[in-house]
Amino acid sequence: MDIFLQQVINGLVLGSVYALVALGYTMVYGILELINFAHGEITMVGAMVSLAVVSALAGSGVDMPGVMIVLTGVLTAIPVCMGLGYSIERVAYRPLRHAPRLAPLITAIGISIVLQNAAMLIWGRQYIPFPPVLQITRYDIGGATITNLQIAIIVLSACAMIGLVFLVNKTRLGRAMRATAQSPQVAGLMGVNINSIISATFVIGSGLAAIAGVMVSAYYGLAHYYMGFMLGLKAFSAAVLGGIGNLTGAMLGGLLLGVIESLGAGYIGDLTGGFLGSHYQDVFAFFVLILVLVFRPSGLLGERVVDRA
Amino acid sequence: MKQIRPLIIALGCALALGCGKKEEAAKTEAAPGAGGAAAGAEELVKIGSVAPLTGPQASLGKDNENGAQLAFDEANAQGIMLGGKKAKFEIISEDDQADPRTGTVVAQKLVDSKVKGVIGHLNSGTTIPASKIYADNNIPQISPSATAIPYTAQGYKTAFRVMTNDEQQGAVLGNYAATALGAKKIAIIDDRSAYGQGLADQVATAAKAAGADVVAREYTSDKATDFTAILTSIKSKKPDLIFFGGMFPQGAPMVKQMKGLGLKAKFLGGDGVQTADFLSIAGTDGEGVIASSPGVPVSSMPGGQDFVTKYTAKYGEIQLYAPYAYDAAWAMINAMKAANSSDPAVYMPELAKVNFTGVTGQISFDAKGDVQGGAVTMYQVKDGKWQVLETVKK
Amino acid sequence: MRAAIEKFLTLAKKDRRVAWAAFAAVAILLAVLPMLVDMGLGRSWVRVLNFTLIYIMLALGLNIVVGFAGLLDLGYVAFYAVGAYVYALLSSPHFGLHLPFWFVLPFGALLAAFFGVLLGAPTLRLRGDYLAIVTLGFGEIIRIFLNNLNAPFNLTNGPQGINLIDPIRIGGVNLNQTTTLAGIEFQGGYLLYYLFLALTIAVIFVCMRLQDSRLGRAWVAIREDEVAAAAMGINTRNVKLLAFAMGASFGGLSGGLFAGFQGFVSPESFHLLESIMILCMVVLGGMGNIAGVILGAVLLTVLPEALRYIGEFERAVFGQIIVDPSDLRLLLFGMALVIMMLFRPMGMLPSTRRAREFEADDAVLDQERASVYDSQR
Repeated sequence: MDIFLQQVINGLVLGSVYALVALGYTMVYGILELINFAHGEITMVGAMVSLAVVSALAGSGVDMPGVMIVLTGVLTAIPVCMGLGYSIERVAYRPLRHAPRLAPLITAIGISIVLQNAAMLIWGRQYIPFPPVLQITRYDIGGATITNLQIAIIVLSACAMIGLVFLVNKTRLGRAMRATAQSPQVAGLMGVNINSIISATFVIGSGLAAIAGVMVSAYYGLAHYYMGFMLGLKAFSAAVLGGIGNLTGAMLGGLLLGVIESLGAGYIGDLTGGFLGSHYQDVFAFFVLILVLVFRPSGLLGERVVDRA
Repeated sequence: MKQIRPLIIALGCALALGCGKKEEAAKTEAAPGAGGAAAGAEELVKIGSVAPLTGPQASLGKDNENGAQLAFDEANAQGIMLGGKKAKFEIISEDDQADPRTGTVVAQKLVDSKVKGVIGHLNSGTTIPASKIYADNNIPQISPSATAIPYTAQGYKTAFRVMTNDEQQGAVLGNYAATALGAKKIAIIDDRSAYGQGLADQVATAAKAAGADVVAREYTSDKATDFTAILTSIKSKKPDLIFFGGMFPQGAPMVKQMKGLGLKAKFLGGDGVQTADFLSIAGTDGEGVIASSPGVPVSSMPGGQDFVTKYTAKYGEIQLYAPYAYDAAWAMINAMKAANSSDPAVYMPELAKVNFTGVTGQISFDAKGDVQGGAVTMYQVKDGKWQVLETVKK
Repeated sequence: MRAAIEKFLTLAKKDRRVAWAAFAAVAILLAVLPMLVDMGLGRSWVRVLNFTLIYIMLALGLNIVVGFAGLLDLGYVAFYAVGAYVYALLSSPHFGLHLPFWFVLPFGALLAAFFGVLLGAPTLRLRGDYLAIVTLGFGEIIRIFLNNLNAPFNLTNGPQGINLIDPIRIGGVNLNQTTTLAGIEFQGGYLLYYLFLALTIAVIFVCMRLQDSRLGRAWVAIREDEVAAAAMGINTRNVKLLAFAMGASFGGLSGGLFAGFQGFVSPESFHLLESIMILCMVVLGGMGNIAGVILGAVLLTVLPEALRYIGEFERAVFGQIIVDPSDLRLLLFGMALVIMMLFRPMGMLPSTRRAREFEADDAVLDQERASVYDSQR
């Protein structure tokens, strides 16, 4: 039982990160019906920027508690990523807003190649270690262990998600976003400035990505210019699993995907009598995803979309 | 949008120019050789260096290139005479993106640029298909890092490597785990890359032969960062030792996560783990980790310390295979010296006979082109540094 | 440019001799292309040329699924992998089987088509981006299986890949080696080029015939409005499955050629990025337009190779290397993708039908935009 509990904890930590990144995909999709493939790369930039700040602070011998150093890193990374998200939308997506649906997909891929290689030019090809500024403590619960960093990740992403839900459902900006998602034309007629709402969506999504990037690099202890690709892919799958365009769906999808991967890796051997091992972890995750989509073609919480060409 | 348009157009023009230039470039390439001969004093010797310079393994690829570059810079400074002319070595560096298809294209490109030899490729997956092209064109190839057994087993007389293959290193590691480290129950993880899987399979065989039990066999990928799930299921099997076949970007977070889960088994890795970056990423969690590296310790070799000083001054910290690339380059230079020619057909027999003291050990090749001896050195992390435990001779 | 082409076409229609002369010129150019490329740019470009032909076939295959039938497929590389592994398993020392290529290639294409149906069947209900993620998953699942099926039974040799695959032979002639035929010396790769070219032309021909066939029109109907298509009596299930199967068979064919050409296959060659690149070729060139897709494939195969000369370009312009060329190559490639798409959102050569729709759409949208969007744009 303790093993099962441990696997669920592992999955929840992983899933929190997925969920945070998935929110960025889903927000953009909800409004523009566009898969922002460069989102994973924004996460990477967030990790890199914060790491540069944290390393500089840790190396300079400033007398600051570890948490404060990391917080400074986060607070630097968020505006940088927000600016980046804003610029990407202006340069690569806005001119194509009325182009065929797949055109922005190609610019997104182009942007993500550019960001990767620009990051390589700036920060080098090396894997960059996260300085050991955070004190790790382990806690035992029912035979399973959890560290303070893991708890922080779960709590922080939960807070970010609650904040976002509040923003979308309770504020003026959120109402404008929901209106734009439903029908840009009508929202425009009602006096909503569509362009600034879309920009705001990118900016908020990128801010969340920055937080996720810092979490990933702090938790796993490293950052690399190529790290955004896999993370982005997983988060995108999570968003689709939950029903892309749906905020709660993205969170649920992220957490579920994390737990599925974790349980899959842990139990797939026992389930198949040793025939398949943990190397089929991703197969298992994709299999569940396909199964869900076959029975619920719009994801777990997605609404039935109107048919589009 | 309006403001950036001129910029975009300028870039586009630059691109178009770049494409237009290539024909001229191809023409001018032939010129220096002729010019050099006319001067009578210098001979340009082009050497190819291939490794992934973009993508996840770019740091290792650049490291290989730098290692080779250092060797050829030294050779240029020494003023080596080949056939009465002073040899001027020039590296032509190509990016194979760790992709087998791109690997064959750049291999052909190097052949076209009339290189006299190739140091590369980095991965077994690109080295093997490219080796056919070098063999067809009779150009010697020395891989500093490919470990897959089939590379030298194809019967090409152009294929060499200065790195022990999976079988040599795996046998030492498996045996060491079961005997010297006294592990009875071993868990094995590999990253499902050609390198990780090849090495892990050999370790499993050798460990079983030495009387240990493989209690768990788990797998991850060479792009993963989260290993808590497989580590948790390994924990329930209570092994004394975990062997990981893979590279440090996975190895270091894995060690951290072992600590997080309270998993106290020893951690053993191959040459992919024995890097400086492993230490900085794993931090204090890396203490006690044991990893192997083919050859003898660089510091114990004459000239080894000198190499490290020179390399770090020029390129920064050694990533992983730079010493091997350096030795590979010197093997090629020494063979050319012995043959008094940079003509591949003339110096290739000398390359097979080469025997010199490199920075990773005594370098000589067996009939297949594998490095002879196959000594493997075990290291352990103590006080944040890799300390030599012992060198195991097979 | 377009005016010149149209002028030429009307001229060619009037005078058959002009048409024949143009046809002959293209045929001769294609016939001597490998020699020209070899002399002008080097042997590696012959290799690039051969890979370009493979990618043209792949892109045309994907075009059937994405361009004609409007089904977004992000796992197309799976079929390429199936074709390559069929060739590798049946024609290499791995199982000691050495079946001839004229059997292995069609068999690979057939098996790929079967996999196409296998993917298509459960995803019939899915639309747009949901289909994209399922196909993406399918592509990854195939690759993971190829990567892991070395145990318990060694089917694919796992990550180590399969080596020493037999080259393609016709009548005892190894197409991958330098051979002398009828007194002419053909360098290694030339003969393979002619085989690839013949197959590419066959694939183009099939695509063109399909486009105007009953089936082709059914695909377009489904793409535009599936419900309406069904109401008009089109069996959407069969027609969709056929699109998957036919697209997949071209992928399988190209995969077989890849294996015979490379002599080595390993799962590394069949990553998700490869699928994405093929999709880029289709979209960048002009979805649904055969000429556009061919152009897209040529552009995206040649561009990364051409960008390798950036170092020499720097040297020529600035007299020295300022930025390491390997640092710049893919950066410029990514920028080129973005710029090309921004300037030609419909693709390089858009399909006329799609362009017409788009323009009509645009007129309506423009009116709306005038009131809806502010003047920032």
